[in-house]
Amino acid sequence: MPRALSAPLFETPLHAEHVELGARMGRFAGWDMPIRYGDGQIAEHLAVRSTAGAFDVSHMGQIETSGPQAAELLAHLCSNDIAAMSIGAAQYGLLLNEDGGVLDDVINYRLEADRFLTVTNAANHARDLDWFRSHQGGFDAEVIDRAGDYAMIAIQGPLAREIVQAVASAPLPERMTIGRRTINGADALVAATGYTGEDGVEILLAPGDAPAVWNVLVRRGAKPAGLAARDTLRTEACYHLYGNDLSVDRGPIEAGLGWACRAGDAYIGSAAVERDRANPPEERLVPFVIVGGGAARPGDLPIGGGVVTSGTFSPSLDQGIGLVYLPRATAVAETEFEIDVRGKIRTARVEKRPLLKV
Amino acid sequence: MASQASYPEDLLYHRDHDWARIEGDLATFGITWHAQDSLGEVVFFEPPAVGTTVTQDQPYTEVESVKAVSDVIAPLSGEVVEVNEELGKAPEAINDDPYGAGWMVKVRIADPDQAQALLERDAYVALIS
Repeated sequence: MPRALSAPLFETPLHAEHVELGARMGRFAGWDMPIRYGDGQIAEHLAVRSTAGAFDVSHMGQIETSGPQAAELLAHLCSNDIAAMSIGAAQYGLLLNEDGGVLDDVINYRLEADRFLTVTNAANHARDLDWFRSHQGGFDAEVIDRAGDYAMIAIQGPLAREIVQAVASAPLPERMTIGRRTINGADALVAATGYTGEDGVEILLAPGDAPAVWNVLVRRGAKPAGLAARDTLRTEACYHLYGNDLSVDRGPIEAGLGWACRAGDAYIGSAAVERDRANPPEERLVPFVIVGGGAARPGDLPIGGGVVTSGTFSPSLDQGIGLVYLPRATAVAETEFEIDVRGKIRTARVEKRPLLKV
Repeated sequence: MASQASYPEDLLYHRDHDWARIEGDLATFGITWHAQDSLGEVVFFEPPAVGTTVTQDQPYTEVESVKAVSDVIAPLSGEVVEVNEELGKAPEAINDDPYGAGWMVKVRIADPDQAQALLERDAYVALIS
């Protein structure tokens, strides 16, 4: 098998743990990440649905925005309602360009009245940081790159809270909030958020503290799970993946993310969003299942227009699932349509989100 | 999944990670341990129809893992005389036992000389290491 020459990959603070656990490593957004471990991605997926999984998501980026006008700067950059966030709140939002194209989808956390942390996608972090900095002029606010300051461990699943609580200094934050705790003695930010559809937490902590915390949580029953399981879990939950379901060529309305765009014209890209709201784009992103065997994959084309942007086999549902941009007339739950899957025509059905209710 | 890599001595290997077990004028085909390990867990397999003609170096079917779908390449040309119907119900056999229960098709060999283009075990292991 030929090996491609490539730039050196970044390694997370948990790289040695993954190697020790026998992970199959792979390249993702410039990082050498665990794709799956020894028992395979189906076992990891099902563990997250039935007990708990542990994910190293240290490749994700963080940007801190602080100062008297931090909220105003973030509200200028982000589609969602930053002003409505109480201290400790977590909120999903989008960074849009002037044309309403999606630059990134992020989670904002309000750490203090005048201090926010934005978690970015690894592949977009550098661009996001430039975007923040190029728009901070005129705001009394500071933009700080925190990507190197945090490792990030996601513990997800019905037993996730119990496992983390056992080594936490205080009761864990409520869903969609963040708080400072010590975890196994290490100072950490604990956010009750995730990307699997399950309850659970994401722990942000100093890189040097990450291995000990990871090991204690794994020992307590959180099964190490790789990016392959993370992808099937998020697809069942119908969470968008930037680069697949979101891009600068698509806007929030066609992506089904109008709910994450506040009304009005006070943020970058809002004019385009309001125009799309009034006059919906030709296509809309919807979940689907394959009727019968097989799975469609990203790039496969529905007959009659549109494109599959996420497609995989669902370990929980035992069938092909995904997200597809379809012409609006077809993008209605229960509608059947056909997809050209590598020359074979397969029948699919539009579903309501999420594909899996947990 | 079968955790230990293995490459039996009694098989011939195609460089696209397929194997052939030749017995008289018949050959059994499957994919190697390396191929199934790269794919991850196989979740779907549709065999070709009995009677189909397969051509050396050309895909004759697909194997679908959670992660991806891949072509399966014919190590030799011939006519499919039997397919492993069990894989329809239990495709994980391709992971668990790639040289046994995970066999895919049996073909009547069209041209025995084509076997000279295939690799012996040691050459295949050198190729993938």
